Amino acid sequence: MNFKTIRSAAIPGVAALALLMSACGASNEGGDDAASSDLSGNLKGGGATSQEKAQEAWKTAFQGKNGDLTIDYSLLGSTDGRGQFIAKALSFAGTDSYIKEEELAAAKERCGGNIIEVPAYISSIAIAYNLPGVDDLKLDAATIAKIFAGKITKWNDAAIAATNEGVDLPDTKISPVHRADDSGTTKNFTDYLGKAAKADWAYEAEDAFPVSGGLSAEGTSGVVKQIGDTEGTIGYADESQTADLQKVSVQVGEEFVAPSPEGAAKTVSVSPVVEGRDETDIAVDVDRTTTEAGAYPVILLSYLLACETYDDAAEAANVKGYLSYIVSDEGQAASSDFAGSAKLAPETATKAQEIVAGISAK
Amino acid sequence: MNHPATTLEQAPAERMHIPLTHPRLPQRAEWIVAGIAAAFGALLLVLGVPTVGAAILAGIAFLVVLPVWSLAVEGRRGATDRLMTGLIWTTFVVAIVPLASLLWRVIDQGAGRIDGTFLSYSFFKTQIDQPVGIYHAIIGTLLVTLGAALISVPVGVMAAVYLVEYGKKNKLAKAITFLVDVMTGIPSIVAGLFAFALFTLIFGPAYVSGFGGSVALALLMIPIVVRATEEMLMLVPDELREAAYALGTPKWKTIVRIVLPTALGGILTGITLATSRVIGETAPLLLIAGATDRTNMNPFDGAMTTLPVLIYGQNLRGDAPAEAIAWGAAFILILIVMVLNLAARIVGKIFAPKKG
Amino acid sequence: MTAPTAEIEEQPNDWASVRGGVGDRIFSGLALAAGLTIMAALAGVFIFLAIKGATGFSKSSDVYGPHAESFLGYVFPLLVGTFTASIIALIIAVPLAFGIALVISHYAPRWVATPVAYVIDLLAAVPSVVYGLWGAFYLAKKLVPMHEWLHEHLGFIPLFGEPNVSGRSPLTAGIVLAIMILPIITAISREVFSRTPRLHEEAALALGATRWEMIRMTVFPYARSGMVSAVMLGLGRALGETMAVTMVLSVGFDMSWNVLATASPTSIAANIALKYKERSADLLNVLVATGLVLFLLTFLVNFAARWIIGRSERRMAR
Repeated sequence: MNFKTIRSAAIPGVAALALLMSACGASNEGGDDAASSDLSGNLKGGGATSQEKAQEAWKTAFQGKNGDLTIDYSLLGSTDGRGQFIAKALSFAGTDSYIKEEELAAAKERCGGNIIEVPAYISSIAIAYNLPGVDDLKLDAATIAKIFAGKITKWNDAAIAATNEGVDLPDTKISPVHRADDSGTTKNFTDYLGKAAKADWAYEAEDAFPVSGGLSAEGTSGVVKQIGDTEGTIGYADESQTADLQKVSVQVGEEFVAPSPEGAAKTVSVSPVVEGRDETDIAVDVDRTTTEAGAYPVILLSYLLACETYDDAAEAANVKGYLSYIVSDEGQAASSDFAGSAKLAPETATKAQEIVAGISAK
Repeated sequence: MNHPATTLEQAPAERMHIPLTHPRLPQRAEWIVAGIAAAFGALLLVLGVPTVGAAILAGIAFLVVLPVWSLAVEGRRGATDRLMTGLIWTTFVVAIVPLASLLWRVIDQGAGRIDGTFLSYSFFKTQIDQPVGIYHAIIGTLLVTLGAALISVPVGVMAAVYLVEYGKKNKLAKAITFLVDVMTGIPSIVAGLFAFALFTLIFGPAYVSGFGGSVALALLMIPIVVRATEEMLMLVPDELREAAYALGTPKWKTIVRIVLPTALGGILTGITLATSRVIGETAPLLLIAGATDRTNMNPFDGAMTTLPVLIYGQNLRGDAPAEAIAWGAAFILILIVMVLNLAARIVGKIFAPKKG
Repeated sequence: MTAPTAEIEEQPNDWASVRGGVGDRIFSGLALAAGLTIMAALAGVFIFLAIKGATGFSKSSDVYGPHAESFLGYVFPLLVGTFTASIIALIIAVPLAFGIALVISHYAPRWVATPVAYVIDLLAAVPSVVYGLWGAFYLAKKLVPMHEWLHEHLGFIPLFGEPNVSGRSPLTAGIVLAIMILPIITAISREVFSRTPRLHEEAALALGATRWEMIRMTVFPYARSGMVSAVMLGLGRALGETMAVTMVLSVGFDMSWNVLATASPTSIAANIALKYKERSADLLNVLVATGLVLFLLTFLVNFAARWIIGRSERRMAR
């Protein structure tokens, strides 16, 4: 054993390493095919995981227009997204619930002025089920609440039959499927049950599913796969991911409404804006009990959180550029195509565009 | 232990009648019984029993018939031996089935996704329908693992040197040996939480970096490296050390020039195997290294995508293209591990001390 | 053999003061430093988890979510879940692993044993995510009939209660875990089995022992402490395994004996991975605190294992 052998073995190793380092960037990161503009650098955002696909659509398109700009959207969850935005670790945040009163002061201090909060991503939460032979299931909020609370356990229960006349319901066990991880989807879904079916749903709106029992799966994809795999299941998931599943039509007023982007947008536009907030803050209390024709109240509304003024001119320009794109008609069309979300209603969009246009450097 | 003794005690009384050889089953007895069991399984299949059930019942039939036959011909000891042999081979088959199924699924689903673009592109896109690849994750995995090796190899090897060459069973060495054993049991997520707690306490709550992942993985690697090195150092014959000392070589030079090179093959194998153990870790990297779309060459700043985290993330997205990417990445990861394992074996052969 | 070596080793140390004294001191210092680094690292794990997780032990009750009021209430079901899955995994994996190890070390011909050993080593490195992918939506579905069969025929045992319709039960999670820890237990026990002195084995065979008797009389006693350590290492892995349980198990908070249940508590590690994504600063502290509990738990398990091994070694020495 001598060191010559080691050396002779090391030389090709080092050479290979050098070769690797010299060819470090991925082939698609040259940015040759992207137009250049005055925006450059690295824009850091993060927060709600629900926006993942929409953010992918937005940042891809925006990076295509601005070759020198890189946008990072870290999937941190809403709460941590807001927290890191307040801690100045992020330039903007995505959040499934509007900023809380107790966070407002800290956020204003972080911004040295007004915060900006605009709705950016609206998606219906479909209540999907797997029951061969039953095509268009119609349910009211109370029945849905009882199913997910484990009080209705058979598909041919009288409460289900009452809203589905003429449908041949099988004597199968109902297996409700919920999210195993904490999520904004769960929070919005339980918020709907709590408001639209007060008597039958005694739990608060929370990120974690409150009832023990029933199947659970990780992530929207897990829930969707589980429903697709197993007969007798029913669960809630982002509408855009439930294309292959059958979906419940929910009772709104006297009608039954199937989930759709339009129905979701409609609900947002009839929902009241939260009182006592800044001009630049469009926080909406989603009206889960609306009786508006065509509105679908089981929705997830996700916001973008930013500052009106930034210390750094480049940061301000980047945030302004990106957020303006997101709430623009073009940006909303991009996320609608790619992520299946609902476009903002025209009046909401106009208002959001005006607010975002006001972002500036100090 | 008592068993042979009793047979010996019984022996004298019967000695006159015992032939020199025990009666044995015919040499091909296993095959004959296997044939019968297979026929039995086929019969069940014809009778409408599902395939899995028929296979299991045929297996049980084999396990029962052979020992019973043996009991009749060869006696209790022979039967026990036949039964245990059957059971041990059964465990083997039972365990290989899911492992093979898993491996096959990865190859089946993953291999088709691999092409030049997949290996040289990252997730960075400027058009929504652009092709993507896992280049950034391959680089991330290599950098993070390299970092872990750079931390754990010097520490691990030197600690083993201390244990074998200097410590020699003193209290401190015993304590370290014990702690190394404990360390092998650290759950990977705890290592991740440690790195996360350490770096976020120092650099603020939003800190993510590849290096943090390296620290977590190093924590998992160190005990394996120490263990492997220790074993190899103990195999180095003392005569070699003594010869060196006799020539007046200082102890440290003896270790560096004589002991370590002699054990080098085994140490390198141990290091490579340790690397391949940690390269597929997901949980710690999820906590501290994060994920990004771009290739990040700086392990000290910013999120760094690694293959396991990418697989996890793509699986969570759930759409068909994402799932294909997940399987493709899993295939590449296993391929990397396989190459590392092979390399370990080759390196071990090359550097093995010459015999004779 | 060791005694003369020790004597001779003392001598170069005297020489060292004349030649290479500085080098020796630096080198032994480095070696000692490396050893101490390991101690520091372990202490560091404990200290940093404690700092970050300290407040997690006593948050206001709403942080612990809809199913618990206090930290104890939060972590106890998770402990139960951790042990349920791990014990099922051990019950399945240990006999199989010893079996495979024996096949490789004593039964199979070399041309079978070598590639099989290689494949098993390889499987130790398959990322846990891949086991999760495979377990959650492939294996689980295939095991649904088994669940129904167990409930139907063995339902009188409380372990086999109302079956999970998706197959994603603690039993399935345990099976996936078993497959994951199989390679590591196999690798270690194979090693110790093959180290049985050849002379012992041949002596047993020469006395007319059958192969099984030979293994029982020479291999097992010799390998006992190694086998215990292999099992404990496997248990450590199972206790801390994260992704597979995260992806496979359908979770809830119903603690019961039913291993086919639909809503059993998950494990500590899996819970961290599940809750980490939508975390708040408070919940993060709680999660780190549960991580600390897991760390102490694995520490105890390993401590116990060392103790058992040490005792059996002392007994063997007598």
